[in-house]
Amino acid sequence: MTTPTGAASTGAELTVGDLVAEKSYHLTRDSLVRYAGASGDFNAIHYRDDVATSVGLDGVLAHGMLTMGIAVQPVVEWLGDRGSVVDYQVRFTKPVFVDATEGATVSVLAKVGVVDDDGARIDLTVTFNGATVLGKAQVRIALASR
Amino acid sequence: MNPDLQGREFPPTTPYLVGREKVREFARAVFATSPLYFDPAAASAAGYSDVVAPPTFAVVVQEQTLAQLLAAPDADIDFSRVVHGEQRFSYSRPIVAGDELTAVLTVSSVKSLGAHSMVTAESSITDAAGAHVVTAISTLVVRGEE
Repeated sequence: MTTPTGAASTGAELTVGDLVAEKSYHLTRDSLVRYAGASGDFNAIHYRDDVATSVGLDGVLAHGMLTMGIAVQPVVEWLGDRGSVVDYQVRFTKPVFVDATEGATVSVLAKVGVVDDDGARIDLTVTFNGATVLGKAQVRIALASR
Repeated sequence: MNPDLQGREFPPTTPYLVGREKVREFARAVFATSPLYFDPAAASAAGYSDVVAPPTFAVVVQEQTLAQLLAAPDADIDFSRVVHGEQRFSYSRPIVAGDELTAVLTVSSVKSLGAHSMVTAESSITDAAGAHVVTAISTLVVRGEE
């Protein structure tokens, strides 16, 4: 199989600090409705401005779990079938407001945080409007034995 | 909210059968592109019995346990004041289509931070054979009255 430039096939070839993936995603209100249906989370703050503002928010925001679900995808794509995600955690630090006409762009930067015998820890930097929206966003990967 | 919830274990949820189309629907909703999520042949070539679910898919099963918690008559949780603080998934193996999953919720901690409270809910998800698949851990912040 082919691997992206700079990607390694074993943990031993990864170096702490390596950038493994970088990607941006454009969310619209449609994305939120689609995620609501797929996940079963129908909280109205994710599709109705009137409900969102009534609870003190600036407007409709993305499900935290949607941001979390998207943010790991660049790592999954980089990893391919060479291994799997065994642990994934985030803190939700700031909301991602999704404007009805403009949408919202979420950017993900994935870097190697730790390399050890079990695989590696990939650390994510996830930003929206120049601010970090997920804290301590860490993906533990185990590499498949060949 | 009620501090006596700490340490409580809830009854197992009704088994959830992971469907191939549900996995694909969820994968599309989180902007995933990996063939392992969509193509049974690609999943099979990587050693899986059917399409693989994205890392955050377990939230669909965990959701049933959070509903149990919010519905507990003595929990005293006002849903409109609940904010998702942290989320973690720890996998023994990836979820694949065809899995029949059961979740057991344990409230691992309840803390007060001034007017707010923080509850950590841990859902252990097992397959039909009773083997552990993933533990989903949510920290929910219940905002106090202003």
